[in-house]
Amino acid sequence: MTVAIIDYGSGNLHSAAKAFERAASESGVATSVVVTSNPEIVLSADRVVLPGVGAFPDCRNGLLAIDGMVEALEEAIHARAKPFLGICVGMQLLAERGLEHGETPGLGWISGTVTPIEPDDPKLKIPHMGWNNLELIRAHALVDGIPLGAGGLNAYFVHSYHLKASDRRDVIATTDYGGALTAIVGRDTICGVQFHPEKSQAFGLKLISNFLRWRP
Amino acid sequence: MLKTRVIPCLDVKDGRVVKGVNFVNLRDAGDPVECAIAYDAAGADELCFLDITASHEERNLLLDVVRRTAEACFMPLTVGGGVRTLDDIRNLLLAGADKASIMTAAVHDRDFVRRGAEKFGSQCIVVAIDAKAVAPGRWEIFTHGGRRPTGIDAVKYAQEVTALGAGEILLTSMDRDGAKSGFDIELTRAISNAISVPVIASGGVGTLEHLVEGVRDGFASAVLAASIFHFGEFTIGEAKAYMAKAGLPMRLDPTDFGDAVSK
Repeated sequence: MTVAIIDYGSGNLHSAAKAFERAASESGVATSVVVTSNPEIVLSADRVVLPGVGAFPDCRNGLLAIDGMVEALEEAIHARAKPFLGICVGMQLLAERGLEHGETPGLGWISGTVTPIEPDDPKLKIPHMGWNNLELIRAHALVDGIPLGAGGLNAYFVHSYHLKASDRRDVIATTDYGGALTAIVGRDTICGVQFHPEKSQAFGLKLISNFLRWRP
Repeated sequence: MLKTRVIPCLDVKDGRVVKGVNFVNLRDAGDPVECAIAYDAAGADELCFLDITASHEERNLLLDVVRRTAEACFMPLTVGGGVRTLDDIRNLLLAGADKASIMTAAVHDRDFVRRGAEKFGSQCIVVAIDAKAVAPGRWEIFTHGGRRPTGIDAVKYAQEVTALGAGEILLTSMDRDGAKSGFDIELTRAISNAISVPVIASGGVGTLEHLVEGVRDGFASAVLAASIFHFGEFTIGEAKAYMAKAGLPMRLDPTDFGDAVSK
């Protein structure tokens, strides 16, 4: 199996690639991980990963700057139904629009808007930075075998904005930070995680290995 | 609920850990990567490398250490020491660091914080503040390991760099650093109350109760310590269990893949 991790100038993909390789070996899935900015490779891959670090408009512009990449993504995901995982801002880009530094359109694959985190407790710090546990909203292959809830495992988050999904059915899990924030979204062959699986130790490796084995 | 982070910090010089780490049997206690793997397995929530290499030529050794650590440890990594240019930040991030910690360069050129945050995002810009008490309720920024005063008020400076885009403050009390008498709680609280981003308390940890105080009384989001962990006085696990017992939200997840999740 080939996994394409899209390189569009947003942050370090070295550790993401290493985490996918480790998860593949833990779960016994023969996998070749390719970090690429080539739309052709995205189209020929079996699974597609869109990471993302930084601000929503920068990431959006970085993606648009690669000739044919958005079209390749649309084709790979919508026409060819390949499993897709968005990470952090790569997950936020799935929304219809983002409000960071003004309004920017997203890919629009998940209905909703990326808005600033506004905790109901004003003493809570922004960014939401660190380890937090997840509340499961709806069962999904991505979190199979991962203990969630109050006594469950924690995932590593760093973000100041979050995806407010307008269709509740797209929300797989939330995390609590002065109110519920979307932690995992999913629809058809698309899923996205706000936290960083490549930085979330066993939780993250298991989630990645679930993604590699997922047959939506 | 968001958990309080416990962050061991390794001083690295010329690609080697200064003084070494002696809490487990390591093949090479001076290898930062081996130490990082051991802390990862021990349940550290994040790891910090502080590079104290004097010469610029040896900086590539650090980048190699960061690269090898990021390949082996799937946890957040902050790297500081000698970060002066946007290229320094870029090189660290490309090597696999999640955050770059800026100190002296930000004191001399506040705008460096803004440029770094604009280029790479606030989430990866940590501003390190070394502060000393100069009067009751007043702290000043010091550079050069606490030897050189700057005349800059620490609380105002924290507000300023936060407004410029710092995503986190690593606050070290130079009065307490190495003294093992606990964090400067008044300083930690003053800074934490003045800004909206997380504060990592550092400098002075001698007991596990000190870690609790930094969070409970100083309102820090994370605690950083070096010697109490390196020399095996306490394990990361003991620290986190103690803090949990004191009522702080801690991440007590098993770190071993097989124990943590079902295959």
